[in-house]
Amino acid sequence: MAKRATREAYGKALLELGQKHNDIIVLDADLSGSTKTAIFGKEFPNRFFNAGIAEGNMMGVAAGIATTGKIAFASTFAIFASARACEQIRNSICYPNLNVKIAATHAGITVGADGGSHQAIEDIAIMSAMPNMTVVVPGDGVSTEALIKQAYEYDGPVYIRLGRAKVEDVYDSSEFFSIGQANLVKKGNDATIIVCGYPLNDAIKAASSLEQKGISVRVVDMSTVKPLDMGSVLKAAKETGAIVTVEEHSVIGGLGSMVASFLAEHYPTPIQMVGLRDVFGQSGEADELIEEYNLTDSDIAHAVEEVIKRK
Amino acid sequence: MKCDYQEIAKRALNIRKNILKMLCEAKSGHPGGSLSATDIMSVLYFNHMNIDPNKYTDPDRDRFVLSKGHAAPVLYATLAEKGFFPEEELMTLRKLGSRLQGHPDMKKLPYVEMSTGSLGQGLSAAAGMAISGLVDSKDFYTYVMIGDGEVQEGQIWEAAMFSAHYKLGKLIAILDHNSLQIDGDIRDIMNPNPLDKKWEAFGWHVQSIDGHDLEQICDALTKAKEVDDKPSIIIAKTIKGKGVSFMENQAGWHGNAPCEEQTAKAIAELEERYNG
Repeated sequence: MAKRATREAYGKALLELGQKHNDIIVLDADLSGSTKTAIFGKEFPNRFFNAGIAEGNMMGVAAGIATTGKIAFASTFAIFASARACEQIRNSICYPNLNVKIAATHAGITVGADGGSHQAIEDIAIMSAMPNMTVVVPGDGVSTEALIKQAYEYDGPVYIRLGRAKVEDVYDSSEFFSIGQANLVKKGNDATIIVCGYPLNDAIKAASSLEQKGISVRVVDMSTVKPLDMGSVLKAAKETGAIVTVEEHSVIGGLGSMVASFLAEHYPTPIQMVGLRDVFGQSGEADELIEEYNLTDSDIAHAVEEVIKRK
Repeated sequence: MKCDYQEIAKRALNIRKNILKMLCEAKSGHPGGSLSATDIMSVLYFNHMNIDPNKYTDPDRDRFVLSKGHAAPVLYATLAEKGFFPEEELMTLRKLGSRLQGHPDMKKLPYVEMSTGSLGQGLSAAAGMAISGLVDSKDFYTYVMIGDGEVQEGQIWEAAMFSAHYKLGKLIAILDHNSLQIDGDIRDIMNPNPLDKKWEAFGWHVQSIDGHDLEQICDALTKAKEVDDKPSIIIAKTIKGKGVSFMENQAGWHGNAPCEEQTAKAIAELEERYNG
């Protein structure tokens, strides 16, 4: 399978959208080489605007563009989108429910050597808390391409969380993706791993290794974290009776919190969360950091075994 | 552009009266910065802007963004005066279920071009509208009113840089320079002066005028429209609470509504000044 970063898939999808639709305007904040919007910018220079290192203004400009019926894609690193430009996204984009797509790259600790200042570990929490916002966290290149194109069609603000590190493609091009709908990656009955973003491959690996031990684990790719696909969470809880959530994000306010609060209200089920335990990241290689913060496939497998004991 | 100053003065009088009435009814809101902006708003809506209440979604219409969103009463009163919605609706300001939110909400009131209220954000949105116009080679103008306290926000200068960089000639800002903010005189709180030199240095076409002189407002807007290689700003020296003697130049009237007695007194004074 091909290996590529979700930001690379974004750059490709954006270019294809630009070729098909005239109503897309793309903005970046001096990171277009890294976020991959430069690919669009090179092809369509009159529809690409670099806002410089000024993320708050970029979000406001995107909002203004959206009021005229065009669709603005605004990109920067997840840390700057969600934290620096937080209030502009809240009041200029979400409050008026404007059709702006925020494609934020370099999310999570797999940013690597740049260190904790540049590793957004709370962006899902911040963005999900805003009414009208949809939060999409794809785990491979194929789903990224499909969901970016869906985001274009979708009416309303969308935050798309993308990564720097390369990940193996999980899906083939025949797979169907829809914003708000989880994808069943692997069937299983003893427990369910609900995962979003970068750890998707590791979740599948964990399920396969448990299979060897005779433990049947379902893997659900929750590529839309908000609105949560409640149907598939409820089904997993009822049919497998134990849930492990996995995310490259704080367990506070992320996928784990969202699944837990939903199940607590509707179908209390033992849950184990794999994610960052209220800590910032640090410099290091992506795979070293995944190990340092206990997000590896064996950490996921261990969490599954633990949660099954609580059934 | 030919300007009927008598007509505009009459409109401005009615807008000021409605601002006072709606604030009195709402029992809260911002009279000072609404009254300081009234004459500018009257010239914009009754002389300069290409807008039609019957075609408020026309893609070629001029846009107006009230970046200093707390002056919502002057925007609502002007829109009602222009015929976008009935005058009676003004009395629903700030009440539960009203389209007239405490700060402008485009989702509730569709004639509002941008939801504003959190200071510093409206200029960026206006720049975005102008970018769309630029991409499609449209002829519409985007007007945006900012406050002189508001320019203390860093985002204003991000947007100022952006607008000049992309030569947004169809973007026209009006700075309501009434010199007061909630906590007092802008020069004491966080001095933004010299405003003209700052905007010039950021690459804007700058004019400084008396923001209550209808002829000066009209001429400045005409000149601003003629500039097509850079954004324009009109620094309009105004009086906070203009027209109501007990409110004029009083920071205390930034965010307090007049009671019924004060409202009656203020309206009587406005009418006397107009007729005299």
